[in-house]
Amino acid sequence: MNRPIRVMAIGCLLMFLALLLNANYVQFIHADELNARTDNRRVLNDEYSRERGAILVANTPVAKSVPSGDSFEYLRTYPSPELYANITGYYSYLYGARDIEQVENGILSGSDPQLFVDRVIDLVGSEPPTGGDVQLTIDPRAQRAAYEGLTALAGNSTGAAVALDPETGAVLAMVSVPGYDPNRLASHDFDDVKQAWEELNSNPAQPLRDRSREEIYPPGSTFKLVTAAAALSRGYAPDTLVNGSAALSFRGFSYQLRNSGGGSCGADKITLTQALAISCNVAFGDIGRQLGEGTLRDQAEAFGFGDSNVIRDLPSAISQFTAPGADDLNEPETAQSGIGQFDVAASPLQMAMVAAGIANDGTVMRPYIVSEVRSPEVEVLEETTPEALHEAVPPDVAAELTQMMVAVVTDGTASSVAIPGVAVAAKTGTAQSSAQRKPYAWFVSFAPAERPAVAVAVFVQDATGVARDDVSGGGLAGPIAKAITEAVLSR
Amino acid sequence: MSAISVPGLAPRKRRGAELFLLLLALIVGLGAYVGVGLGVTGDVPTDVYRLGGGLALLAVLAHGVVRWLAPYADPVLLPLIIALNGLGLAMIHRIDLDLADRGSETGPFAGPQLIWTATGVAAFIAVLVVVRDHRRLQALTYTFGLAAIVLLVLPLVPGLGVSINGARIWVSLGPLNFQPGEVAKVCLVVFFAGYLVVKRDALALAGRRFVGIDLPRGRDLGPILVAWLLSLGVLVFQRDLGSSLLFFGLFLVLLYVATERAGWLVVGGLLFGAGAYFSYLTFGHVQQRVEGWLDPFSDTDRYYQIVQGQYGMAYGGLLGRGLGQGDPVLTPFSYSDFIAASLAEELGLAGLMAIIVVYALIVERGLRTALVCRDVFGKLVATGLAVSVAIQVFVVIGGVTKLIPLTGLTTPFLSYGGSSLVANWAIIALLLRISDQARRPAPAARPMHQDDATAVVRMR
Repeated sequence: MNRPIRVMAIGCLLMFLALLLNANYVQFIHADELNARTDNRRVLNDEYSRERGAILVANTPVAKSVPSGDSFEYLRTYPSPELYANITGYYSYLYGARDIEQVENGILSGSDPQLFVDRVIDLVGSEPPTGGDVQLTIDPRAQRAAYEGLTALAGNSTGAAVALDPETGAVLAMVSVPGYDPNRLASHDFDDVKQAWEELNSNPAQPLRDRSREEIYPPGSTFKLVTAAAALSRGYAPDTLVNGSAALSFRGFSYQLRNSGGGSCGADKITLTQALAISCNVAFGDIGRQLGEGTLRDQAEAFGFGDSNVIRDLPSAISQFTAPGADDLNEPETAQSGIGQFDVAASPLQMAMVAAGIANDGTVMRPYIVSEVRSPEVEVLEETTPEALHEAVPPDVAAELTQMMVAVVTDGTASSVAIPGVAVAAKTGTAQSSAQRKPYAWFVSFAPAERPAVAVAVFVQDATGVARDDVSGGGLAGPIAKAITEAVLSR
Repeated sequence: MSAISVPGLAPRKRRGAELFLLLLALIVGLGAYVGVGLGVTGDVPTDVYRLGGGLALLAVLAHGVVRWLAPYADPVLLPLIIALNGLGLAMIHRIDLDLADRGSETGPFAGPQLIWTATGVAAFIAVLVVVRDHRRLQALTYTFGLAAIVLLVLPLVPGLGVSINGARIWVSLGPLNFQPGEVAKVCLVVFFAGYLVVKRDALALAGRRFVGIDLPRGRDLGPILVAWLLSLGVLVFQRDLGSSLLFFGLFLVLLYVATERAGWLVVGGLLFGAGAYFSYLTFGHVQQRVEGWLDPFSDTDRYYQIVQGQYGMAYGGLLGRGLGQGDPVLTPFSYSDFIAASLAEELGLAGLMAIIVVYALIVERGLRTALVCRDVFGKLVATGLAVSVAIQVFVVIGGVTKLIPLTGLTTPFLSYGGSSLVANWAIIALLLRISDQARRPAPAARPMHQDDATAVVRMR
C-alpha cells in the first residue's frame, strides 16, 4: 500500500505548491494594487508616522511636518492656512489628502520611485523614510495681493484670482475666497477634525472647492477676447467696421440681443477695436452669429476650453463653450455665446490662460504650479519644463489683439487698472449668472503689453454689499488685478 | 533490512543531528523574540531569558525523552515543530504588545501560550511513555472511536459547551476553554486506521468499472456515508466548516490508502461536492464565506477580516515590514486564525514561504514514516496524521490568503490556542513513535556465527 501513500504525497505537494503560488500572487503580483487602495489603513498609518516633505513657496514652507510628540510622531501644519489652502489642500488621517498634498504624495511621503536611492539608504541605516520637498511656482507677493484684494471686498464676497507667467505657464498666484484652514483637518484631535469636516461640507460657500480652477462660471464679456481672436484670424482687422447699433434681431425669433446700457455703441458702425474697448454686445453678438458655432468652439478650444487637464499637477474643471451633450445652437444662442453668455462657462484659470495666450504671441502654455521636486537632501530631482498647450492665434493676430486690449485700458472700460509707465492690456466682464443673483464681475489683463510678464484673471462671484447695478468688472475686479500685476512687476 | 546487517556498523539513531537542528530551531524562535523587542522598543527584551530559557528547556526535555524512549525516531520532526512553536510564541507576544498599546481587553496571550506549550510537551512525553508500541493502539480501535464521538458531542452538551464567534466547538471548564475537536482529530485517525485494517479487504472488492476506475460495491458504501453524515453533522450543529472538511478528507484519504482503490476518491469527491453545494444553499454562514472569498472588496466592512489579511500580506511584500514594524493587529484574530497573515506581514513573502515549506517538511517526514513503517496499522495512522496536518494547513492558510473560502481552523503550532497545541504535539509524538518502530533494527538476533550455524537441526 505504498503506492497510494506516494499518491497522497504528491497530493500534499500540490496543496503546498498552491499555497506558495498564492502567497506569491498576494504579496508580490497583487500587492501594489492592494497597497494603493484608499481604505488600506496600514499604508496610511505608515505614511502618517513619517516625516513628510514640505510644500515650499519661494523656499518658505506653506505646509510642513513638525514633531507632534504623540503616537503619530509628526503633525502636518500650514503656516498661512487660508492663503494657500486651495493649492496645498489638506493631509488628514480621516479624510485623506487633497490637491498638492495628494498629487505629490509620492514625493512628499518619500515613496516615489525617484526617491528609491534614499529609501535604500534609509533601509540600510534603519531610518524611517523621509519625504522630499515640493517647490511651487507661486509668487508670494502676488498671492498675498490677490488674497487681500478679494477678502477686502465688502461683506462676505466670494471669488478667485489667477496670475500666470505668460511665457512659461507658471502659476504666480491662485487664490480662492473663502479659503479654509487645513490645520483643522490635519489635526490629531479627531473629534475636532470631524467637526471641521462637517462645517466645511455644510458651508453654502463651499470653501473646499477651489473657485479658481474647480468651478466654471459664465465669463461674460471677457469671452469677447475669444470671439475677437476668432474674427481676427478669419479676415477681420482691428479697424474693420462692425455693427454698433442698439439691438440685434434674428429672423424667426422675437428675441433681441441688446447692449448692457440699452443704447447703441456710439454709432451704427464702429471699429472692432472700439467695440472691444466699450464691450459692445451687439457687435460681438453679430460677429459670433456670422462666425458660427463651429468657429467659435474651435477658437475657444484652442485656448484650452474642453480640456480636462488644463493645469498640470492639480485637478481642474472643464471649461465649456456649450453644455456637454447639448443640441446645436440656434442663431440667438450663437450670438449670446459670442459674448460669453448662454452656456459658455469658464474657470478663472481658463480666462487667465486666454490672456496669457494672447500675451505670449498667441501660444498658450500649459499652466503648472510645481516648479521643482527635491529629495530629502534638498537635491533637485526634477524641474518642470514649460510646455506649450496650443497655438491659439498666429503671432500677428496676437499683436493686434494686444493693441486692442491696451485700448480697453486707455480708452475703454478698464481705465481703473492703468499703471503709470506700464502699458496694460485688459478686458472687463460682467456676466449675468441668473435673474435672481447679482452678476459676476470679471477682469482679465496682462502687462507690460510689449513684453508681458504676468497675465491675470480676477473673478468676483458674490459681491455682497455692492448694489446690483454697481457690479462691474472694471470697478470690482480691476483694482485686484492691478494689485496683483504691480506685485509681480515690482519684483 | 539488509542495511542493518553490515557487521560492526550500528544503525544510526541520528539523535545528534536532531540536537543540532534543535539549536537552529531555537535560534529561529529566540531570534524572532529578540527581533520583536528590537522592533517594538528598540531594546533586547529583558525577559528573553525567561521565555527563551523556557522554550529551550522544553526543547531539551522533549529531545531527552526522544533519546530515551524513541532513539531511532525521525530526527527532523521535533526541530521543525520547535521552530514553528517558537515563532508562534514570538508573534503572539508581538501582537500582545500592540494590543496592550491600544488598551485592548483581550490578551496577553504569550504567557498562556507558553504554558500551553509546556502542556503540549507534557502530552508529547506522555504519549511516548504510554504508547511504547503503536500497534497496541489497534486493540483500542473502538475505544478511540467512541472517544472521538464523545469529544465531538461535548460542545453540544448544554451548560458545558459554549459558542464562540458563531462556532459551537468549545467546552468551558472553569477558566479554561477547550476545543475537543482538536483531540477528536487524533482519536479519529486511530479509529479510522484500526477500522480499515480490519475492513480493507472487503472494501477493496471492486464493483462496477467506470472509465478505467473500479467503483466500490454499493453495499460497501455504508462506512463512507456514515463519515459523510458525521462531517455534515459537525457542520450543521457546530457550524464548524473547517473541522467538517478535515474529518471527511481524513477518512477519504485513509480509505483510499487502505484499499488502494481510486474509486473511493471518486465516490468521496462526489459526496464532498454534494455536501458542499447543499451547505452553500442551506447555510448563511457558508454563503458568506464563499462570497467573502470571491469578492471581499465588494463590502470591506462585512469581509473586514479577510480584506485586512490581504492588506497585511500586501503591506508585508517580499521581505516583510520586520517584526514589530507592521500593523497586524488591524486584522481581527491576528494572533490565532490569522497568524499566518500576521507573519506574512512582518516576515514577508520570504517568511511565509519558509513557514509553508516547514509544514511541507513535517508532512513529508510523516508520509516517509508511513512508507517505511512495516505494519498496515502504523502506515495508516502515520498517513492519517501527516495528511491531517497537510489538510489543516492547506485549509487554514489557504483561507487566510484567499486561495479558498475562509474556514475556521487553527494553524498548527503557530496560532494561539491550547487544545490545538496539545493535540498537535501529541500527533508528532505518535509519528515519532511509529518512525522509531519503523527505523529500529529488528530485535538483535541470536549470535549465529557458530560453525554449525547453517545447520537446520543442531546436532549435539
